[in-house]
Amino acid sequence: MIHDIAFYIFAFLTLACGALVIANPFSRNPVTSAMFLVLCIASMAGLFVLLHAFFLAAVQVLVYAGAVMVLFLFVIMLLDLKEEERRKLKVFGLAAGAISVGAVAAILMRLIWVGRPGNGLSAPILEGETRRLGHVLFEQYLLPFEILSLLLLVAMVGAILLSKKDLK
Amino acid sequence: MHAGLEHYLTVSALLFCLGLFGVISRRNLLVIYMSLELMLNAANLAFVALSRFTNNIDGQVMVFFIITVAAAEVAVGLALIVALYRKKQSAHVEDLTSMKL
Repeated sequence: MIHDIAFYIFAFLTLACGALVIANPFSRNPVTSAMFLVLCIASMAGLFVLLHAFFLAAVQVLVYAGAVMVLFLFVIMLLDLKEEERRKLKVFGLAAGAISVGAVAAILMRLIWVGRPGNGLSAPILEGETRRLGHVLFEQYLLPFEILSLLLLVAMVGAILLSKKDLK
Repeated sequence: MHAGLEHYLTVSALLFCLGLFGVISRRNLLVIYMSLELMLNAANLAFVALSRFTNNIDGQVMVFFIITVAAAEVAVGLALIVALYRKKQSAHVEDLTSMKL
């Protein structure tokens, strides 16, 4: 019972903050978008906790709400985006986008609520999910994990090279 | 109503559509990038929900990988945006027309 109430609270928070990221009626400043993205990600970490993915909830808060959003805010403050707020929106483009996104949403909703993939599936009682995740990660997926560290190194080198002053 | 798999997938699908709408409708490169993050997060939520309800831990491993790759992608993407801003003095997609014929 408490689980369901928490689910509805976190789901509402996630969707409301997600909507405020893309279309805030009060401000079109990217900083407010970034702040609402932080809230959205934090409430999604709450959903992860409800799904017993405790480790991923922690990683979500640390990596997304921490590192990635700090990077975003840093870049927003680096670029001076004052004059962006005065641009006019194009009505035709907005309408076309809304219609196409509505069509995608209708397809997804029909897929979920007619197909009902969760029919007959109920969440099992689990203990020690993080331990199981660690075992799978470091036994079955050890090679992808190591390749991932290489990817992070490559990304770091790439980011440093791209932000050099005289880009060749 | 009891929160089952469908409810989590509905939240994920709606969040994905919100992100898609942001990518289509907004004109600021940084906000477009944030909408992309929103879409990635929606996919993560679907992965975790399916992993929970089918009792298969592989979905969570996949989300772990997605979060790491997304962090790397954000670092490189933001570096690109900064380099672009240096050249054009704008982070607005309508000003970036140098590849237009």
